Amino acid sequence: MKLLAGMILAAALPYAARAEVAVTDPWARASILASRPAAAYLTLTSDRADRVIGVTTPVAGQVMMHGVETDGAGVSRMVPVDALELAPGVPVTFAPGDMHLMLMDLSRKLEEGEHFPLTLVLETAGELTVDVPVLGPGATGPAGE
Amino acid sequence: MAPARTRILRIVLWGSVALLSASLGGAFLLREYASRQPHNVQVSGEALVRSKFSLVDHRGRAVTEVDFSGRWQLVFFGFTHCPDICPTTLAYMAGVLDSLGERADSVAPLFITVDPVRDTVDVMAEYVSAFHPRLVGLTGSPEQVAAAAQEFKVYFEQREDTAAPNGYLMAHSGYIYLMRPGGRFEAVFREGDQPPEALAEEIQMRIAKDDRQ
Repeated sequence: MKLLAGMILAAALPYAARAEVAVTDPWARASILASRPAAAYLTLTSDRADRVIGVTTPVAGQVMMHGVETDGAGVSRMVPVDALELAPGVPVTFAPGDMHLMLMDLSRKLEEGEHFPLTLVLETAGELTVDVPVLGPGATGPAGE
Repeated sequence: MAPARTRILRIVLWGSVALLSASLGGAFLLREYASRQPHNVQVSGEALVRSKFSLVDHRGRAVTEVDFSGRWQLVFFGFTHCPDICPTTLAYMAGVLDSLGERADSVAPLFITVDPVRDTVDVMAEYVSAFHPRLVGLTGSPEQVAAAAQEFKVYFEQREDTAAPNGYLMAHSGYIYLMRPGGRFEAVFREGDQPPEALAEEIQMRIAKDDRQ
């Protein structure tokens, strides 16, 4: 029993020892017109407090983090988020109809089935690049959702 | 009192308790059921919202609400520079149309742009075809669009934003309107409040209820 506990601890140690930023389910919606902005979504979890201070990708001239605020009259406004706070262990989700990454000045149309790299710049953890699959224009999330 | 009569009384009393519980429970369930179907949406001034417009469809034809009379209308106001909520809502509407199946014949899905300067007929044609073959895109002059939005009581605004394409961002209400044949208001929905299949079922129910009357 002791041996088993020791083994589990040994297996867990390498993960516990270094700060981890996990990105899950990244995806972008295919763009219909190259001249229109596209949106990308993902879930981000950091095991320590950190801040996302920038997002870049070679397919877009500019990437903005956008929140959505809906007032009492049902009017939705996109609100640019300059720096996104990450609390330790609390997942932050970008999802349709909510917070999203707005990809502007696309160099080309994002076609369904392709992938592109997206780099998140974190204040403490540094840069993190993920591979983002492009789903159809009518997609609401990665398969299974 | 004789033991036999006591027993009968006891049975009657317990019977009443059981009956009362059953009917209360039933009433509660019925209320729950009624409040869920059709979906309750609180709207003020519904009677004032009506489908009345003079616009240009994505094939370049001048259309008014009369061109869609005899059919129900599922209407969403948005714009093609909107990266998130508009495609999300249009994809949702496409899901509703797919779920409606043959019944979709009696529903005209309309996407009206609130950004007519950038959303020309050609842009609308390419845009709507990406979501659903039945989806109709409507644009027009800024005055025509403002007049249509006014009839639907849809609010939209342009905000200066130097970072945004063309220097402005649009804000708008994200409701999907269900309008009756003839253009009167029936209900509003929001994307994500229920799965598209559930909304399709609700629309079918409303149409069926109307057909019976």
